Amino acid sequence: MTNHWVDIKNADLILVMGGNAAEAHPCGFKWVVEAKASRKAKLVVVDPRFTRSAAVSDFYAPIRAGSDIAFLGGVIRYLLANDKIHHEYVKAFTNAAFLINEGFQFEDGLFSGYDAAKRKYDTATWQYQLDGQGFVKIDETLQSPNCVFQIMKRHYARYTPEVVSRVAGTPRADFLKICEMIAETAAPNRTMTICYALGWTQHTVGSQNIRTMAMIQLLLGNMGMAGGGVNALRGHANVQGITDQCLYSEVLPGYLSAPADADKTRAEYLAKRTPKPLRPNQMNFPQNFPKWHTSLMKAWYGNAATAENGFCYDWLPKKDAAYDVLALFERMHQGKMNGFVCQGFNPLASVSHKAKVTAGLAKLKYLVVIDPLATETAEFWKDYGEFNPADPAAIQTEVFRLPSTCFAEQDGSFTNSGRVIQWHWKAADGPGEAMSDVDIVAGLFARLRALYAKDGGAFPDPVLGLAWPYRIPQRPHPEEIAMEINGKALADVTDPKDPTKVLAKAGEQLAGFAQLRDDGSTASGNWIYCGMWSQAGNLTARRDPADLTGLGQTLNWGFAWPANRRILYNRASCDLAGKPWDPSRTVIKWDGAKWGGNDIPDMRPDAKPEEGVMPFIMNPEGVARLFAPERMVDGPLPEHYEPFETPLDGNPMHPNNPKAVSNPAARVYPGDLESFAKAKDFPYVATTYRLVEHFHFWTKHSLLNAITQPQQFVEIGEELAREKGIANGDRVRVRSTRGQLTAVAVVTKRLRALEVDGRKIHTVGMPIHWGFRGATHPGYITNTLTPFVGDANSQTPEFKAFLVNIEKA
Amino acid sequence: MNVTRRQFLKVTAAGLGSSSLAMLGFSPQPALAEIRNFKLARTTETRNTCPYCSVSCGVLIYSLGDKSKNARAEIIHIEGDPDNPVNRGTLCPKGAGLLDMIHSASRLKHPEVREAGSSEWKRITWDDAFIRIAKHLKADRDAHFIKTNADGATVNRWNTTGFLASSAASNEAGYLTHKVLRGLGVVTLDTQARI
Repeated sequence: MTNHWVDIKNADLILVMGGNAAEAHPCGFKWVVEAKASRKAKLVVVDPRFTRSAAVSDFYAPIRAGSDIAFLGGVIRYLLANDKIHHEYVKAFTNAAFLINEGFQFEDGLFSGYDAAKRKYDTATWQYQLDGQGFVKIDETLQSPNCVFQIMKRHYARYTPEVVSRVAGTPRADFLKICEMIAETAAPNRTMTICYALGWTQHTVGSQNIRTMAMIQLLLGNMGMAGGGVNALRGHANVQGITDQCLYSEVLPGYLSAPADADKTRAEYLAKRTPKPLRPNQMNFPQNFPKWHTSLMKAWYGNAATAENGFCYDWLPKKDAAYDVLALFERMHQGKMNGFVCQGFNPLASVSHKAKVTAGLAKLKYLVVIDPLATETAEFWKDYGEFNPADPAAIQTEVFRLPSTCFAEQDGSFTNSGRVIQWHWKAADGPGEAMSDVDIVAGLFARLRALYAKDGGAFPDPVLGLAWPYRIPQRPHPEEIAMEINGKALADVTDPKDPTKVLAKAGEQLAGFAQLRDDGSTASGNWIYCGMWSQAGNLTARRDPADLTGLGQTLNWGFAWPANRRILYNRASCDLAGKPWDPSRTVIKWDGAKWGGNDIPDMRPDAKPEEGVMPFIMNPEGVARLFAPERMVDGPLPEHYEPFETPLDGNPMHPNNPKAVSNPAARVYPGDLESFAKAKDFPYVATTYRLVEHFHFWTKHSLLNAITQPQQFVEIGEELAREKGIANGDRVRVRSTRGQLTAVAVVTKRLRALEVDGRKIHTVGMPIHWGFRGATHPGYITNTLTPFVGDANSQTPEFKAFLVNIEKA
Repeated sequence: MNVTRRQFLKVTAAGLGSSSLAMLGFSPQPALAEIRNFKLARTTETRNTCPYCSVSCGVLIYSLGDKSKNARAEIIHIEGDPDNPVNRGTLCPKGAGLLDMIHSASRLKHPEVREAGSSEWKRITWDDAFIRIAKHLKADRDAHFIKTNADGATVNRWNTTGFLASSAASNEAGYLTHKVLRGLGVVTLDTQARI
């Protein structure tokens, strides 16, 4: 979330789309209810299903699963065509006026630079035009045909209300009503917030779904405002924190891009990641990359990391390919993996195409499952009849199952969706011999390190040299680790403006990332968390709920990254002179000498408004990108593409280009492309979702939750039920090209048929919570049916839109 | 006077003077005759966070025992933390079942192994488990570690053993896991957060 849970109460309009907060995040949704009650805010819900969020909305409109960009692109067209944008904000704080390379084109569904054989774009023509000093050329009038504003206007001109309705199935009048409500928040003192979740991410255009919304929020001037922002309502209680610790191959802690084969030396690696400013006077905050990275190397490799050896740069593994979870199971399926460790993760249930995952696991030499619960993954080899047919004798994988403790049985910090880090305390020991994840990792590492010390082996240096400063090496205390994440001074850290002034003495905890250095004099395991444990102690354990701001900022409750800032980009809540767009919801303001107010300013505190330092400090141009010259592999502007399993004959936006049916830059593995269904055999759109009584594949182990929602079911609309002769309560079989399941049918008014591109589209709703282990009735793993393809940028699997057939079982 | 919830329960349960009970509307004699200790009055309160969704609601966990070194605590009750600025004491139907998750019949209690081709689990000690797994890891790493790529550039990676990390683990567990994995040269690393 750019903002945070309580801040939702400050919104004038709340859009819930690509999510269902009332059921998936009930205690956060309370702040939507609060906004409605206290501010007379309106709630709009757009969803294929009339959810419980929709049930308490002021306005609901249906949409076909997988057509969000068509809808949102239509909103952009509406705002531009009706001049409902926040002009001063757009002109100053976005790249609307920036000039793009004259070679940029969008034709027949493809952006310039497409290589069909590689399914990749060359982004050369997507770049800014630069002047002699390396700054972007701009056209203040916004009239140049090559400026972002005009390119965007041309691009979305095609998304008329008629087209939106034809592609998304949303009735035209409903769509226009929502456009009108959204457009009202273009006023400087009105804000809209968007609450989305997996309903936007789990698509092959997932990242672009979210980008389209970000563009809308920028056009309306809603970023940085109290009650505004782009708010991802995320999954687990620490999914944000684990994302921040970056347990994925592309990045190191704090989102530091991980080195790849091309980054042969530390100097090359740092140079590529340390941008030059693209406009005069901008903060260009990523220029500090070398400080963050060097401090990380000092936290990991301690005294072994010296300036002479490039701070152990060579010890870091270099990445040569994609290693996301789909890529991992593809490699496993190809027999390229020997071992696998699942820590509190149940991929047999959570990853697409169960049959492929099972086949992959069966090719491993060894599998280690660390979990508090008996998961399906740990027993993929075991025969559970129709729910998991298997022949153990034929599976040679050695499987270890290690009991871990759960949240109640350990100290540590979780980071909520609003980036607030909160400490929690252990209430009891775990059952039996259960051990914490920390102790299990430390225990395994201790044995492994001892083996390398005794017998040697492949490149033992980083194994033996990893800094391990914990008092009990096999049981590091979470407090020690939290202090390491924050970081400390290794030598006296002095003020660059006045070297006689010591900011942090050697050995002291650092107060924030401004104190990090690139000369090896500081260590910090995660620069964005720097400040969480300063000399003042563990700030994540702070428990002062006082809200002196009236905005719900509670700056002394826990610690929000970065720098305890609660609303990101908050400089954009003020006009160019530093005056709040809405003084009644002042986040920060310029007081004549410095920035300050009800939040930690997202701006150099002494940057005078007349210096023109713009609010989007993580971009080298200082402004937000309506047009993205980099970072998006599938286009600088979002475009509607069909799901890989589309119920239509093609992409109605580009009916004559077979290359532009589905995301042209999404990765598809051989064998999977052939397995994608055609609508003539599998005519119904399936979409997966969660229920209010359950959390993923976890609460089925909890008796109370199992009692409240014991049995697997699927939902279908009344019209489809009539066509197929299915009555409420009948058992039905749902098939995709990858497998089938049977469940009870719930016939409901919540799902209705939609008119799309001249045909009628039915949706089959599939709650996901069952499996062959737990306290519920046994059920099928829903991901038996889902396709093995992910978003072009994030590789999040496409669980929200695929094709099935359904019949009475 | 500042009284915590727990002190209040203790005080009222153990029988503050008759005057305050009378003020609460009880007749002192029968009330005192009926008195018994509330279970919660003997519990230890611990502040924690619901592990399910990312609202990350504050919870209060009540356990028997005072957390002495020689006592084994048992969790008997969980409720929303009224001080938490986000959930303000509320819990949803998922969080309302937390106690049953902690005490689930599916909780694992001992390290186990399922040998190749076997159809059952076998209990092993932690030491056995750590040693056997460490040997697997080392054998695979030693056999497949890539020091340099085809161009002769130093790459120091290991990509034949993969690791999937939990989104329900703490920041500290996640950070330590990441540090160890990169230290070993692992690039085949992903997290539930992607899904």
